Amino acid sequence: MFEIKTKTKIAPDIFRFEIYAPLIAKKFQAGQFIVLRPLESSERVPLTIMKANREAGTITLIVKAIGLSTRQLAELKEGDAVADLLGPLGKPSEIGKFGTVVVVGGGVGTAVAFAVAQTLKEAGNRIIIISGARDQSFVILEDDLREISDELIMATDDGSYGVKGFVTELLKDLYRKGEQIDRVIAAGPLPMMKLIADITREHGTPTIVSLNPIMVDGIGMCGGCRALVNGKIVFVCVDGPEFDAHQVDFDSLMRRNNAYRDIEQEKEHACKLDAQIEEMKRA
Amino acid sequence: MPNDLPLKERMQIARHVMPAQDAQVRITNFDEVNLGFTPELAREEAMRCLQCKDAPCSQGCPVHVHIPDFINQIVEGDMLKAADVLLQDNLLPAICGRVCPQEKFCESRCVLGKKGLPVAIGSLERYTADATANQRAARPVGDLPPATGRKVALIGSGPASLACAGDLIRMGHAVTVFEALHAFGGVLVYGIPEFRLPKRIVEYEVNVLRRLGVRFEKNVVIGMTLTLNELMADQGYDAVFIGAGAGLPHFLGVPGEELIGIYSSNELLTRVNLMKAYQSGAVTPIFSYQDKTVAVFGAGNTALDSARTALRLGAKKVHIIYRRSEEEMPARHEEVLHAKEEGVEFTFLAAPLEFIDNGQGWLKGVRLQRMQLGEPDQSGRRSPVPIEGSEFTMELDLAVIAIGNSSNPLLRDTPGLQFTRRGTLEVGENSLQTTKKGVFAGGDIVTGGATVISAMGAGRQAAQEINRYLLELNQPAG
Ligand SMILES: Cc1cc2nc3c(=O)[nH]c(=O)nc-3n(C[C@H](O)[C@H](O)[C@H](O)COP(=O)(O)OP(=O)(O)OC[C@H]3O[C@@H](n4cnc5c(N)ncnc54)[C@H](O)[C@@H]3O)c2cc1C
Ligand SMILES: Cc1cc2nc3c(=O)[nH]c(=O)nc-3n(C[C@H](O)[C@H](O)[C@H](O)COP(=O)(O)OP(=O)(O)OC[C@H]3O[C@@H](n4cnc5c(N)ncnc54)[C@H](O)[C@@H]3O)c2cc1C
Ligand code: SF4
Ligand code: SF4
Ligand code: FES
Repeated sequence: MFEIKTKTKIAPDIFRFEIYAPLIAKKFQAGQFIVLRPLESSERVPLTIMKANREAGTITLIVKAIGLSTRQLAELKEGDAVADLLGPLGKPSEIGKFGTVVVVGGGVGTAVAFAVAQTLKEAGNRIIIISGARDQSFVILEDDLREISDELIMATDDGSYGVKGFVTELLKDLYRKGEQIDRVIAAGPLPMMKLIADITREHGTPTIVSLNPIMVDGIGMCGGCRALVNGKIVFVCVDGPEFDAHQVDFDSLMRRNNAYRDIEQEKEHACKLDAQIEEMKRA
Repeated sequence: MPNDLPLKERMQIARHVMPAQDAQVRITNFDEVNLGFTPELAREEAMRCLQCKDAPCSQGCPVHVHIPDFINQIVEGDMLKAADVLLQDNLLPAICGRVCPQEKFCESRCVLGKKGLPVAIGSLERYTADATANQRAARPVGDLPPATGRKVALIGSGPASLACAGDLIRMGHAVTVFEALHAFGGVLVYGIPEFRLPKRIVEYEVNVLRRLGVRFEKNVVIGMTLTLNELMADQGYDAVFIGAGAGLPHFLGVPGEELIGIYSSNELLTRVNLMKAYQSGAVTPIFSYQDKTVAVFGAGNTALDSARTALRLGAKKVHIIYRRSEEEMPARHEEVLHAKEEGVEFTFLAAPLEFIDNGQGWLKGVRLQRMQLGEPDQSGRRSPVPIEGSEFTMELDLAVIAIGNSSNPLLRDTPGLQFTRRGTLEVGENSLQTTKKGVFAGGDIVTGGATVISAMGAGRQAAQEINRYLLELNQPAG
């Protein structure tokens, strides 16, 4: 079924998967995502499609293992199949000829923004990518990004690789240098996207963010992914995931995304304990 | 009791209430509340039926189950025959016996109800289906007509599609059901809780269809993974049935609704049912309900299911808050009774004005306003009117919004399909054909949230219409 064709570890806890899903590969448009369940017992995990190979029938995903289900995925091997895979979901990105587009990616957000950047490049835009990572070990996708950008700024928080600094500062630098920016696309942690929105608002630059709320079904049924945009409730899975950054209420979304943190941690703790007990029983 | 008990004596028998788990026990588990009739109880209840010639009860049933006939077979002791009478009209008796609002349908017309209590038709239906489940599963499938060579795609796997599939496959067509989720059954698996409708019963029905040759494909969102046009033009489906349901939850639209601790009934129920949060070891996170005060807004089946689920998750107090009065509650009668027994509290004639923040983005309470009933509205129900100066506050830890769903937007952009302003699909009243040729629809996607049996009825009607359409395709043009 949905066989894992290749799996590569590209940074600590970050994996690149190519998964066989021909129908999805055929349909995929930049900005869309899938929902998968690694195992029959897993949660439904939303992940952005980085790219698709129509001939081979595969899609490429970049996954950061942060919790139970993403870790279950990370433990699968080449040749294994994921239990469920559904997509492509969400509205495709708005593609047009805007001029100079700055694409800002933080962490795996870089992978989330990749397809949009690539498609905008193909549509004749000048693409500047700012990709931020904590330190050198977390730098990802540099070759892929170079190929689809006119200018690539690789940055690390501690300066261990590329430019030193946060992506927000580097964006400000571009404005300071007098760069004519016609559009900004941002993907990454919510606090980062919020800061980017604040910066570009000042400059009046149209800005699109790819939101990543907690989802359950991914097809508009649970309302768990809702966000306030322009004061109205939207369902990110069917109305998004991309929205006008200047209209998004980031604060309520950040709270919602943290709402389950304690429960998740307890659960993981319990799972680890269970595993340890099992381990001890076997020994 | 003899089979030929005189009428008078039959009328002396009091209605039997199905045995149920004790209320205090059942709120600590997710097992089915109702335990089902014993053979003795079932037969005694069946003896109450007067075998009315004109069967008014059947007229009250949306699919006109031959009620006196199946009940008569119970009295005669031929359960398999009783089941077959049911199955003629109702492909999902174990489910409908459990979830039909019988007090509005069949039982509302029972002549015994005029003076006393109607025959417990739903309970007997459930009993018949359950008592014969093993025997029916062991029966050979029987002969299907020769294959017609026609292929039909069904979108969604709720009761509308399941019923449609059952009929189409028996007409000799090749049938594939496409479901977006990872489990089959629609609301029957993700919405209605285990304690009302055990999931093994839905699985049983899906397996019956599988044995007949229906193909089930999960993880396919029609409109995204495959479009309607691709199904018909590339994959060679001659006709399509859309049974996509009404899944998009409404919110109240009052200030503070984005606070943490407020969510839709669909989210709560999906996490608990589809993602199995009710089982220990499930991975889906769920807010802790232990010792919490919870309010559920709404008064339909969904609201009651949410309230009773909250109790079972450990809530200390659960309030149902409804802006109309008890009389207007759309939920099944039995559920209201069960909820009351379990300790759910009802606040009628009150509507939320705003949710209150605890200062950290979590829900702390709700400000409510008392309502009174005014003139009847379009639906014929008296509409609630706010009473000035009657605001009051209720402390809360969690809130569940269960005020209805509209149809999913996934198919709205499909060329050729026409939707109403309410978002439901336009179909011909009798043909059930959409504005797109060869594409039919039924169930909640057409009616808005309704009932399992009406969705099933629409699925069957659509099967007839699709069959007719396919036969016409065989006629040479001209
Ligand atoms: C449209 C969309 C696209 C996404 N694309 C990618 C992608 O390409 N690559 C990738 O690695 N991740 C992506 N994500 C995020 C990914 O879905 C989550 O990391 C994943 O669901 C976590 O599941 P888990 O069971 O492993 O962790 P959990 O155990 O569920 O969560 C672990 C911790 O992370 C928090 N958390 C869970 N989900 C999110 C979230 N969506 N945002 C922020 N915090 C969260 C939890 O509150 C908890 O504290 C995307 C999310 C969305 C909605
Ligand atoms: C909590 C709850 C309790 C209820 N209790 C009762 C009750 O006690 N008695 C009663 O009679 N009725 C009850 N109802 C109502 C009843 O369940 C519905 O009227 C009935 O299920 C509608 O059936 P359906 O086949 O039209 O759609 P659904 O059951 O909604 O099924 C639709 C299916 O289609 C799938 N789908 C949607 N879009 C797509 C797509 N684009 N591609 C592929 N698949 C898709 C969905 O995932 C879903 O599985 C209840 C409803 C809820 C929510
Ligand atoms: S299907 Fe429902 S309405 Fe019809 S007879 Fe059975 S319980 Fe009554
Ligand atoms: S109306 Fe009541 S008594 Fe008469 S046949 Fe129907 S169930 Fe029996
Ligand atoms: S994830 Fe459930 S509605 Fe979007």
